[in-house]
Amino acid sequence: MTSATTTPIRSGFSLAEYLTCLNGIVWREALRFLHQRERFISALVRPLVWLFIFAAGFRQVLGLSIIPPYETYILYEVYIAPGLMAMIQLFNGMQSSLSMVYDREMGNMRTLLVSPLPRWFLLSCKLLAGTAVSLLQVYAFLLIAWFWDIVPPPAGYLTVLPALVLSGLMLGALGMLISSGIKQLENFAGVMNFVIFPMFFASSALYPLWRILEGSPMLYYVCVFNPFTHAVELIRFALYGQINWTSLAVVGGCTIAFMVGAIYAYDPSRGLIRRGPAGGEA
Amino acid sequence: MTATDAFSTGPNTQDIPPRHEAAAIPALSIDGVSHSYGTRQALIGIGFSVAPASFTALLGLNGAGKSTLFSLITRLFGIQRGHIGIFGHDVARAPGEALRLLGVVFQPRTLDLDLSVTQNLLYHAALHGIARRDARARSGEVLARIGLADRTGSKVRDLSGGQMRRLEIARALLHRPRLLLLDEATVGLDVKARADILNHVRRLVTEQGISVLWATHLFDEIDSSDDLVVLHQGRVLAQGKVAQVIAAAGGSDINTAFMRLTGSSAPGGSLAS
Repeated sequence: MTSATTTPIRSGFSLAEYLTCLNGIVWREALRFLHQRERFISALVRPLVWLFIFAAGFRQVLGLSIIPPYETYILYEVYIAPGLMAMIQLFNGMQSSLSMVYDREMGNMRTLLVSPLPRWFLLSCKLLAGTAVSLLQVYAFLLIAWFWDIVPPPAGYLTVLPALVLSGLMLGALGMLISSGIKQLENFAGVMNFVIFPMFFASSALYPLWRILEGSPMLYYVCVFNPFTHAVELIRFALYGQINWTSLAVVGGCTIAFMVGAIYAYDPSRGLIRRGPAGGEA
Repeated sequence: MTATDAFSTGPNTQDIPPRHEAAAIPALSIDGVSHSYGTRQALIGIGFSVAPASFTALLGLNGAGKSTLFSLITRLFGIQRGHIGIFGHDVARAPGEALRLLGVVFQPRTLDLDLSVTQNLLYHAALHGIARRDARARSGEVLARIGLADRTGSKVRDLSGGQMRRLEIARALLHRPRLLLLDEATVGLDVKARADILNHVRRLVTEQGISVLWATHLFDEIDSSDDLVVLHQGRVLAQGKVAQVIAAAGGSDINTAFMRLTGSSAPGGSLAS
């Protein structure tokens, strides 16, 4: 740019403008979620099926020893509840990324990306918005689970919140990172099958790690290195007012790594540029 | 109320730069911009500028590079080579300042179909950091101007194609930009809707001093008083006032001038269907 003069304009953005933008993105995501009642119902039905049917069958098969954070013997339903909470967030994270792929194909993503606010901030707001939606789903699940005698300590409903925010961000960022590499909406379902199911089953969501070690040492190591395992454990401990420091470190580190990756992938000079012209026309 | 009646630019509430200042700085300056997709060159060292408070038509066939150029101006794509400035603010170095001054209507629809008319506007306002109360006031203003004041609560998917386009233009003006980009904004609309939109945009230039870059492949959308840039296969073949371009190409009108410049032929006042 050779121009020596510029039209004077306020540079940078105020905190109020950042907050207005964040509020707007979260509000839009919440509106879309509320308009899609089927999404809300299916988000609840999925874990409830696991809780009411799968867990009821497996409680007789799987014996659980006393492991932290539990201080006594627990029902299998109680054990898998944190895993199901994480599952809600996993599916929501992938749903949000599906929504981003859809928005990109339909053109809505451009509305977001041509905002003058920094792109890293816009994408972080999208992540926060997706996480906020997942919190609604998780607390609705906890409410129903309460009637099924899955009753954590009252303070647990509060202490689990930071863990849910962090795990929601991690899983949302992972979904965003994946969505940035998907060129067509039709490819999304296939890719998700390779992400959701291995992540969920190769984790401590359904069985304790010591049980997995007994069955297959190799699978045990897969589970230990699976970030979703640590999201589940972080939630499990937080629900009982405790902190699993290893899981906190893993989830925190993965959140940062996935977010940086997602923001990098959506950088115009790196991500979109490889996909060719917007709208498919030069 | 007809669409034409409703298409009033209304009271001037835009933040227009002082005339002496506006004259000194181009609204848009494109300098030596090249862009390629792998080995395919979409833009090859193009350069032109848009004067403040002017209507500039960017004429080119489908595939000429118009949408790529718009993606570069709006920072959807990174600039590989060259410079783009909006009122002197470099898009690559100061994107926030540059994009603040820019309103854009893309060729594909970018409205959220599941949200209402007002909700779409409020969302756009939030993305520009405009507080809710101010955003509501501005939304009311722009919707009144485009004749959609009675459709504020309607889902966007219930609007006609012409209404959606008008809403997109209103949305692009909500944050009071000084430069408006429109990429094939009338594609898919009937003759009357096309004329309404074109007239509305022209009035934005004359009554509010907004600079417009209007990308099109339709000859009949170009007026003799417009500035014209002819883009073909990623290169700028001609630029200047319409009469200058016609004279330089040795044509009798825009149609023949374009044919002479590009060596292409197109029936019925359109470069592509």
